[in-house]
Amino acid sequence: MGMTMTQKILAHAAHLPEVHAGQLIMADLDLVLGNDITSPVAIAEMGKMKTTGVFDKDKIALVPDHFVPNKDIKSAEHCKCVREFARRNQITNYFEVGEMGIEHALLPEKGLTVPGDVIIGADSHTCTYGALGAFSTGVGSTDMAAGMATGQAWFKVPSAIRFVLTGKPSQWVSGKDVILHIIGMIGVDGALYRSMEFTGPGVAELGMDDRFTIANMAIEAGGKNGIFPVDEVTKAYLKEHATREYTVYEADEDAEYDETYTIDLSALRPTISFPHLPENTHTIDEIRAGEEIRIDQVVIGSCTNGRIEDLRCAAKVLKGRHVAEGIRLIVIPATQKIYLQAMEEGLLRTFIEAGGVVSTPTCGPCLGGYMGVLAQGERCVSTTNRNFVGRMGHVDSEIYLASPAVAAASAVTGKISDPTEL
Amino acid sequence: MENAKGRVFQYGDNVDTDVIIPARYLNSSDPAELAKHCMEDIDKDFVNRVQPGDIIVAHKNFGCGSSREHAPISIKAAGVSCVIAETFARIFYRNAINIGLPIIECPEASKEIRDGDTVEIDFSTGVITDVTTGKTYQGQAFPAFMQKIIDSEGLVNFINQKEA
Repeated sequence: MGMTMTQKILAHAAHLPEVHAGQLIMADLDLVLGNDITSPVAIAEMGKMKTTGVFDKDKIALVPDHFVPNKDIKSAEHCKCVREFARRNQITNYFEVGEMGIEHALLPEKGLTVPGDVIIGADSHTCTYGALGAFSTGVGSTDMAAGMATGQAWFKVPSAIRFVLTGKPSQWVSGKDVILHIIGMIGVDGALYRSMEFTGPGVAELGMDDRFTIANMAIEAGGKNGIFPVDEVTKAYLKEHATREYTVYEADEDAEYDETYTIDLSALRPTISFPHLPENTHTIDEIRAGEEIRIDQVVIGSCTNGRIEDLRCAAKVLKGRHVAEGIRLIVIPATQKIYLQAMEEGLLRTFIEAGGVVSTPTCGPCLGGYMGVLAQGERCVSTTNRNFVGRMGHVDSEIYLASPAVAAASAVTGKISDPTEL
Repeated sequence: MENAKGRVFQYGDNVDTDVIIPARYLNSSDPAELAKHCMEDIDKDFVNRVQPGDIIVAHKNFGCGSSREHAPISIKAAGVSCVIAETFARIFYRNAINIGLPIIECPEASKEIRDGDTVEIDFSTGVITDVTTGKTYQGQAFPAFMQKIIDSEGLVNFINQKEA
């Protein structure tokens, strides 16, 4: 029986000729990641281990990005703990304010994640790097500690669901709409414990930033990882960014999948997730036909949608327009490089002239940390990834997840809107 | 490992880590501090009512969302002796095992056990007994490898023992 793309990567990392779904393996890690919330717990756990230090100072990435620049004293203490650990262990890839970005946008940009890698990160959206043909998955702090100490992690080899993408998406349909559509179809536990493997001719119609968005939200369907084949688009991206050699793995032709879904990208519509679960999806047409949904705030950014294509798309909608009265628009470029690029392309001017604010890179508002926390009864359209109860603030606030295009259009009208309506 | 016995707090599908421990409290990693806010956004009264040994019973996909280990830590520090669910989100599942919070998958028990029932769990057999109704359920046993981590009371001890 053949192996899926994920299984082939895991077999190689476990030094086994083949693996099968359900098998428990010990795999070598190419990168171990942590942020300012999860690393302090991992550092404390590592302190309890009989170890002399980290397994490889070049294969650990520490990115303070959640509550950075420090939002309060307690957060400052956490960041200090991570900074001192990085110094003590001479961690090569520690990113201080001024160099940092949102981890899952930053690491691919720095060339630290390449095809064939096995990556764990103490952040659930670590699955993002599957866009580059790597196996990457979120873990907790203790797994991160064990990974930093030993360079290995245990895995139960996952089975997979295959998504065959066909067709070409229409103008205002992005990677976000693709993944929201899928989550709406299979549910927030539709891929529980399993891989989501994306394939088919439609993949070529998606740019890298769309693929990052799709892989990023595999966790929102319960998936262990999301993974894309490595094609010319990936190779062009890697040529610009990769810092080391990589190995391309492909699924065997006789690989077995639990299920296969075929998705015609040309038939997809802008899709929005209603409170309080990502699976509560509605198309923009359903919304137009129903009662209008007035909003208070719009957030464009995050590890899901804070990349340059996302900002270009939002700016295209906002150019020459202004946000509706009383609407707070918060735009957060995901990394310093994206910030600079957006500045040079004039996108930041567009956002500011439209009445928005532009923030330094941070995860802040996505998890109700700071930089856009919601009050009781407020509604936000957000390009982030979760709309759970209280996620962005008050337990009685509401989050609608959408693409940058829909978010920008909604900021202009003050209600959830179709970009073609403007 | 000792049996767990306590009163049940019952919840539904998709209890996410944002309601288990809201991010506004993640500027702390102190278990006692996190325990004070456990389940706050789904059940404000939980922390006032929970007694050492009590048990959480939930439906599918318990612990979905973020990878914050603060979620199982807060539950354990609040005194909960076991979480029973139809299924667990995979990161929560790993985290619970890694920090030594007992969890057990059992769809029947998850559907039938009621809020306020007294429940006993025999970890050596995986048998769950609803003392209030007298009904027993067979929970899913862990693979031997995971049982070793649980028996070591977490991954850190497991690794230390391996290297010793």
